[in-house]
Amino acid sequence: MNAAVAKATHEVVKDGSMLKQKGMMAGHYDRLAAAGETGSKVACTFVPGNLNELIMCFDLLNNLPEVNAIQNGLRKKSGSFVMEAEKDGHSEDVCTYVKSDLGMIARGNIGPYGKPLPDPDVLLLSYTGCFTFMKWFELLRERYNCETIMLHTPYKGDGEITQNMRDYMVKQLKEEVIPTLERVSGVKFDIDRLREYLRESAKAEDDLVWVLQSAKNKPSPIDAYFGGIYYIGPIFGAFRGTEDATDYYRYLRAEVEARIQQGLGPVTPDGDMGEEKYRLVVEGPPNYTSFRDFWKMFYEEGAVVVASSYTKVGGVYDFGFRHDPDHPLESLADYCLGVYTNRNLPERVDMLTNYVEEYQADGLLINSIKSCNSFSAGQLLIMREVEKRTGKPAAFIETDLVDPRYFSPANVKNRLESYFQMIEQKRASKRPAVGAMA
Amino acid sequence: MTVSPTTEIIERCRALFDDLQFTAAREWKAAAPGRKVVGYMPIYVPREIIHAAGMLPLGVLGGGDQLEVIHGDAYYQSYICRIPRSTIELGVTGRLDFVDGMLFPSICDVIRNLSGMWKLMFPEVYSHYFDVPQNYRDDIGGNYYINELKLFRDDLERLAGRKITDDDLRASIDAYNENRRLVREVYAYRSDQPWKAPATEIYLLMRAGMVLPVEEHTQLLRDYLGAVETEDRPIRDNCRVVLIGMFCEQPPFNLIKSLELAGCYVVDDDLLLVTRWLIGDVPLEGDPIENLAKAFLHHSEDTSAKYEPDAAEKGKYLVRTVKRTGAEGVIFAAPSFCDPALLDRPMLQHVLKDADIPYIAFKYAENSGQMQPIREQAGTFADSIKLWSES
Repeated sequence: MNAAVAKATHEVVKDGSMLKQKGMMAGHYDRLAAAGETGSKVACTFVPGNLNELIMCFDLLNNLPEVNAIQNGLRKKSGSFVMEAEKDGHSEDVCTYVKSDLGMIARGNIGPYGKPLPDPDVLLLSYTGCFTFMKWFELLRERYNCETIMLHTPYKGDGEITQNMRDYMVKQLKEEVIPTLERVSGVKFDIDRLREYLRESAKAEDDLVWVLQSAKNKPSPIDAYFGGIYYIGPIFGAFRGTEDATDYYRYLRAEVEARIQQGLGPVTPDGDMGEEKYRLVVEGPPNYTSFRDFWKMFYEEGAVVVASSYTKVGGVYDFGFRHDPDHPLESLADYCLGVYTNRNLPERVDMLTNYVEEYQADGLLINSIKSCNSFSAGQLLIMREVEKRTGKPAAFIETDLVDPRYFSPANVKNRLESYFQMIEQKRASKRPAVGAMA
Repeated sequence: MTVSPTTEIIERCRALFDDLQFTAAREWKAAAPGRKVVGYMPIYVPREIIHAAGMLPLGVLGGGDQLEVIHGDAYYQSYICRIPRSTIELGVTGRLDFVDGMLFPSICDVIRNLSGMWKLMFPEVYSHYFDVPQNYRDDIGGNYYINELKLFRDDLERLAGRKITDDDLRASIDAYNENRRLVREVYAYRSDQPWKAPATEIYLLMRAGMVLPVEEHTQLLRDYLGAVETEDRPIRDNCRVVLIGMFCEQPPFNLIKSLELAGCYVVDDDLLLVTRWLIGDVPLEGDPIENLAKAFLHHSEDTSAKYEPDAAEKGKYLVRTVKRTGAEGVIFAAPSFCDPALLDRPMLQHVLKDADIPYIAFKYAENSGQMQPIREQAGTFADSIKLWSES
């Protein structure tokens, strides 16, 4: 089960869990493509603040435009979609997820797996941690002219969830979200059904946290950024609350346990990683258009990411939060309020500092994304603060999510190499000089 | 040679605008012991509550084109707008060292994150992200907002060291009601006779309201309306335009001037929206916090940072503004990298297209220096409108 699978010499190596995840994603896109035939109704929503359990209560299929953009980025289709949207009047300055989505729709709405995507029956605008979401779904509403539900998640400006915030969210769920989903789907809401899904979510969340925290081992059995993106796929997407997700995370956990027992590092697209030389914490999303080339720049140098903030963008579970079947709506509210991009800057600094220390990392690397202000605004201060608090070196690179024009491989590689040298120098300065007297 | 009363008023406003040390606000603070100043960024905060605490609300709108940004650039990547970096510059260079609190309204992710940066960089200052509901039902968004306003009042009471009574609030609402009435009167006057009240003057007049106590600003507005009526200014063959997209990062003063020189009368705009965010008077009877909340929910301006729950209404406010002011076209002028303005723009343009209203679009930064391209673009737009309207 734990053996990495390599089909041929030059083919990409994948863990069993990665193949399983890929199958789940393909199956989901098949279900979306078949929605017209099966009569399934479709809800579009976002990854942060994704209420998948609730959506499933109404037998709706969950279509996530961000995930479509990511999948198109990985398949190198997003660049032309972005330009298509720009030709249609969208500014070069704004989010490339949005433009990739709009460009794909303009070209016939063929999904990343080559099959048509259905028009949504409802847009569940979970306005959580990102201003762009609001405008994105106003744009989609203009296109689809379908029912749109605003669920406003207040920002944790003072770093805490207040009762007023929670009450506001629960009230929106009870009086706006649920009645509208009932009306659109024709399915009556059953809170016990929601509880069952939430119970299932919590099981998967336990295993996900275990897997992400396995990176505290030396060597780390996982890469918590590049590999982590595979791991978060099901739970951040359309599978949270399903038995499929529970099975997947159980399988993944067993796979990682086996790697720890064998003293193995992460699996990379080129096979098992060699010696672990650098342990990094990464802040910010990755670049998807050159995802493998980007990853390669790390593992070729023996750099493994032991913790990342991006793997918390669809939910922060490693500080104890779990979906709670005994408090279903409150728990959905707390989930939305707690996602990474809904946390204020001091909280983000605390989290990253904690990661550098807890995961015994050599430092913090920030991948700043040109088109994501939610992540990027303030990152230079975050870098300074984490560096100051941990005494570990930090570095800054710049790319974009799905716009290939903003990925400059030579530049990124250069900066990474300089960063690794900086880490070496820091280590050397801490070693006692040869022959030094006690 | 005597200086006309209008020139005198505008020169005073210009001096306030140019003063990046905020001397007027410093002097207000120093004039009596215990006075406090609370800064706020665009678009909207309920200044009435700050005023009711005996404090001076101070509009902080970045550094404009006269501030050399040295430190601020070290905090932001090149692809983020200018206003946060020049605001940081104002902070780290001590220009805001007399400010006791800073408010960061819910407008976009950049200003949102700046609230946390302020907490980290200026821990001795009260910093608050001022969230507003995107749900406009009284029993949902309304309740949430009322509770947020009460918490905000508690914070300000702690900062002021005294209670803010309901009567204090009513008196402040009264003062701001009067101010808003005058602001709207000035806007209506300009819309009626734009050759008499040029956009550059109106902008400086409204900017003065960012640093002066409200009562003083109200008097200034009144004085301006009286003075400008006596001015003999020629009517030009300009076209009438609505200016939109400038609700946060401020355009360079020369940009507004260039539009006028290019043959445009600005008959409405979304500059300094805080001065007229609430439409109509906020009632003085009843619970003042509830009244402020209801005014926000049901009687406030539309802008790109707000969610429009009714798809059919999206962007219609712009068409209504064009019709009300008799405008002949719309100029979209957005700061570079401004998410709210730039993401909203295509939708607003679709609405204008459907209503057969011409428009142009360009971008600026608060420190843009080269106005020639904008002048040419605006001039061509004005000429084309004139040509079409005469054909």
